[in-house]
Amino acid sequence: MNHRILSLVMSRLLIAVITLVIVSFAVFFATMMLPGDTATILLGQAATPEAVAGLRTAMHLDEPAIIRFMRWFGGLVTGDLGTSYANDMPIADLIAGRFINTLKLAGVTALFSVPIALTLGITAAMMRGSLYDRVVTILTIGVISVPEFMVATSAVLLFAVYLKWLPALSIANEVHSITDLLRVYAMPVITLTFVVSAQMIRMTRAAVVETLNTPYVEMALLKGASPQRIVLKHALPNALGPIVNAVALSLSYLLGGVIIVETIFNYPGIAKLMVDAVATRDLPLIQSCAMIFCVGYLILITLADILAILSNPRLR
Amino acid sequence: MTTDTAKMPAAGRMGYRFNLVGMLALAVILLWGLVAVFAHLLIPYPVGEIVDFDYFGPMSAQFWLGSDYLGRDMFSRIVMGARYTVGISVAAVAIACTTGVVLGMIAAVSGGWTDTLLSRFLDAMSSIPSKLFGLVVVAAVGSSIPVLIITLSVIYIPGAYRFARALAVNINAMDFITVARTRGENVFYIIRSEILPNILGPVLADLGLRFVFIVLLLSGLSFLGLGVQPPYADWGALVRENIGGLPFGAPAVMFPSIAIASLTISVNLLIDNLPYKIRDRSA
Repeated sequence: MNHRILSLVMSRLLIAVITLVIVSFAVFFATMMLPGDTATILLGQAATPEAVAGLRTAMHLDEPAIIRFMRWFGGLVTGDLGTSYANDMPIADLIAGRFINTLKLAGVTALFSVPIALTLGITAAMMRGSLYDRVVTILTIGVISVPEFMVATSAVLLFAVYLKWLPALSIANEVHSITDLLRVYAMPVITLTFVVSAQMIRMTRAAVVETLNTPYVEMALLKGASPQRIVLKHALPNALGPIVNAVALSLSYLLGGVIIVETIFNYPGIAKLMVDAVATRDLPLIQSCAMIFCVGYLILITLADILAILSNPRLR
Repeated sequence: MTTDTAKMPAAGRMGYRFNLVGMLALAVILLWGLVAVFAHLLIPYPVGEIVDFDYFGPMSAQFWLGSDYLGRDMFSRIVMGARYTVGISVAAVAIACTTGVVLGMIAAVSGGWTDTLLSRFLDAMSSIPSKLFGLVVVAAVGSSIPVLIITLSVIYIPGAYRFARALAVNINAMDFITVARTRGENVFYIIRSEILPNILGPVLADLGLRFVFIVLLLSGLSFLGLGVQPPYADWGALVRENIGGLPFGAPAVMFPSIAIASLTISVNLLIDNLPYKIRDRSA
């Protein structure tokens, strides 16, 4: 049976690679739709036609789009991300530090939200229909149906304006002590944890409820097994696949949340860099950031599928 | 099986029974719809006019929801903002769902390489995070209302397609489709008269969910300054404009957010409380 798992996983990886090519194609051509000539924009209105023509050749702008795409994609694969239009720095240098900042934020959020969400999701499913379950369900629907920036502004209002525990929007970029560290991370992490946990609780609860509805759980109940035993011994092992899948999928919501959270709290991460790049229309930078996000998203959803395949007991 | 039938609400006078939460949610949605249509009649002050000497003014009898960062009346701006938020979202969701559902039914009925090609391509499209797609397009073409509507609908076509295709594939396996095929009906007849009526309920529920996603994405983009551009403002843009009032807890920051939340939560609640017959027809 291991052979079957291997072939399923390999085919999923192949699909991921094909998707990546299609996505990079889409990102490249979306940014090609920019009206106007890049060389003219860079040099300004006063540039001589010779200068514009020279820059066009230097930037390979006079080649067909497909050749430029191949060149760009080749650069991406080998780690050469090109040069920023706005400040002439290599994009790899601009991104490196920011990328690590964003990863830290995402990592800390995952560290908090996964245990919280799994506990709430599984217990809510166990006590289906109880007051506790209703409260959890209503809260998660509430968080899911409002925009991320509202979660962020509500957190600021609660923790900074009314309780005065944390500073509102002013954030120091220099971290000297543990209190500084808490100040920088607290609000963004709280906001992202809310956004991601809500999705995760909902999916986990659904996965466990679905398993609890199966005939073998009913059988265990008829045998006289205790509720704890039913959930831990009979339901959870089978719900593991869907739960792991749910966790990976919900973590992909981090990507959307991170864009808003970094902007609102002025956090020096890659999403903030990208939003600023949109303002200055720095296309190579936008393309690179967009690809990083797409790759991250693709890795998470592929991981979700692969984990679901691996943890399916029927395939073993 | 008996538990399943017991859960189904008994049929009321119209064939469906509607509970209180569902009714309330529907009322809020209708209210915002009416506000969007009659916004120009409802506003007490012109939207662009500075009427208060104070900025981030508190709620008062004169300015019901306070004033914004320039001293403009917040109530008028939110009422006018309903037009952009509701209008753009309705247009986008209509385009997204029509395209997605039609493509999904075509894929399910024709099968073969049409199905494979469409599904592969749209799956790849859906693996671009939605907010990111919006950012890239807006960076490339600039933001205007038609661009926003098209971008938002393109982002949500894959989801609508997937949903409709999954439903249509089930219906497509039924005997009456085989009968229609043997009768010699063409693809368009089968789609219009045999498949569509059978998937309409769940498709409408899905349309509601997608409307929520679109409202949230539009607000998010506007909040980042990439959505509706000044001097016009939707609810997301109103939050962005007035974010400076956040440290003082100004009503100008809170009420546009509350407006968004009231709309999206109502749509979610309405769908959760839809009569069983409409929601789960496929199951």
